Amino acid sequence: MSSIAVSQYSNYQSRVAHNRATSEPAWIRWTLIGITLAFLSVFLFIPLAAVFTEALRKGVETYFAALVEPDAVAAIKLTLLAAAIAVPLNLVFGVAAAWAIAKFEFKGKSILITLIDLPFAVSPVIAGLIYVLVFGLQGWFGAWLIENDYKVIFAVPGIVLATIFVTFPFVARELIPLMQAQGKEEEEAGLVLGASGWQILWRITLPNVKWGLLYGVILTNARAMGEFGAVSVVSGHIRGLTNTMPLHVEILYNEYNYAAAFAVASLLAFLALVTVALKSFIEWKIERDASNEEKLSEQ
Amino acid sequence: MTQVITANHPPLRKRKQKNVLPGFNLSLGYTILYLSLIVLIPLSAAFIKTTELSFAEFWETVTTPRVVASYQLTFGASLIGAGINAVFGLLTAWVLVRYSFPGKKIVDALVDLPFALPTAVAGIALTAIFAGNGWLGSWLEPLGIKVAFTPLGVVVALTFIGLPFVVRTVQPVLEDLEAEAEEAAASLGANRWQTFSRVILPALYPALLTGFALAFARAVGEYGSVIFIAGNMPMVSEITPLIIITKLEQYDYAGATAVAVVMLVISFALLLAINGLQWWSSRRNGSAR
Repeated sequence: MSSIAVSQYSNYQSRVAHNRATSEPAWIRWTLIGITLAFLSVFLFIPLAAVFTEALRKGVETYFAALVEPDAVAAIKLTLLAAAIAVPLNLVFGVAAAWAIAKFEFKGKSILITLIDLPFAVSPVIAGLIYVLVFGLQGWFGAWLIENDYKVIFAVPGIVLATIFVTFPFVARELIPLMQAQGKEEEEAGLVLGASGWQILWRITLPNVKWGLLYGVILTNARAMGEFGAVSVVSGHIRGLTNTMPLHVEILYNEYNYAAAFAVASLLAFLALVTVALKSFIEWKIERDASNEEKLSEQ
Repeated sequence: MTQVITANHPPLRKRKQKNVLPGFNLSLGYTILYLSLIVLIPLSAAFIKTTELSFAEFWETVTTPRVVASYQLTFGASLIGAGINAVFGLLTAWVLVRYSFPGKKIVDALVDLPFALPTAVAGIALTAIFAGNGWLGSWLEPLGIKVAFTPLGVVVALTFIGLPFVVRTVQPVLEDLEAEAEEAAASLGANRWQTFSRVILPALYPALLTGFALAFARAVGEYGSVIFIAGNMPMVSEITPLIIITKLEQYDYAGATAVAVVMLVISFALLLAINGLQWWSSRRNGSAR
């Protein structure tokens, strides 16, 4: 990076020349940093701080009372249940899709990749709507479901389905590029040495992509626990039965029970902070594992 | 990658490249089955449901003034939000890549917060601070700026949820940018602004545009964060996803689906555009090296 200038001028001069040429004066730097931090404060830091201050506004006792109240506990349980079903299912799908797409060549591959991305392009409200059209009273299976006394819409299965839909692409999206980049030489070597398909998957492929996998699972989990729009359409908002945590927040808020609404919201915000922290940790791990790549650093 | 392999072994390409790894049928079969059950078949239900309406009925449903007003708000606010994010996202990426300041690592990590924070939480938090008695609202309202319960509130919410997209698409490109190009520009007599606008910015355009499109696409479908802050007044601050919900609650399934189909078609067009952009962007970055 230090160019010809170094050999021609003294060290000090060259450093000044270098700084002037490819960096900005200090006042511009600090102005830009200031504007950025102001922008992020308004849109990130202050809202985040507001969640916790509003939650604790009426004291610690009210805060914990809002969290252990039966409807809140039921909402927390349902949220955990939906995530506990959606995350493993999408994980298995993600691994299968990445295996097929990254290790094999076939026609229509790019179409398949686009279709996997589809749920990201669909409004959460529409994600809920389509399940109502299939499983609702007037839906395709509506009559059959009533006859057999199953409930999907306005019940837990509908919430789980909507959650699966909105978190569908996350794991596959993380794994596909990663497994494509790693090629298939290691798997082929395993095969030559007599490993079975499952052994190759468990002992070669998955360990190679473990951080990417974890990354995908964390994103899936965060979205699964926080989904609002899609779940709102299929839930029916029955307290204690079909309310997830975000829906419980909405109900409390609409009842002007702000302290309780923000108390439950603070749990979700805490989960988001943990998610972001884990994400950074994994990125750091991947970076450290992958390379001694030099980062573009100034000065 | 495959192109390289096939180019090296032209005879193998003839029929099928022989792949010795097992599990192709199982993994692809499962992928397509699961994709169909969860995504494709339910989505097709929306299009099939619309055929219950005649075209005239469909057209009337999706062009009533209240629905048209909601399109204008949804797409207008999404465009403004994505535009704000394009400017400040670029600035944020620049500051995070080029400068150092205390707490930078934490700031960098927190940029992802809108991805992780449930939209309902974002909605009530933004409403609380921008309401007339809120931390920011109580400063803005004396100046005559009302944010909460107005279309401006919709813009604020959509800016929040789209915030990470531009930063995260521009950041890696900026990190990979070769310093030599800037040094060359400087040695040829360009001042810093000229170097930025003529050398750096053109290299960032594809990523910037991709980030803008992603933020826009996300904003168009957004529901949770908006409904708390918008006030949801018909013709004024009512977004299209809310129209769908309202129609559903009135058991107007065909009407809800008609509006949903309009949004789906627009979203799919956006998805295709984004894929095209990303392809363009990766090609530009690839050939730049």
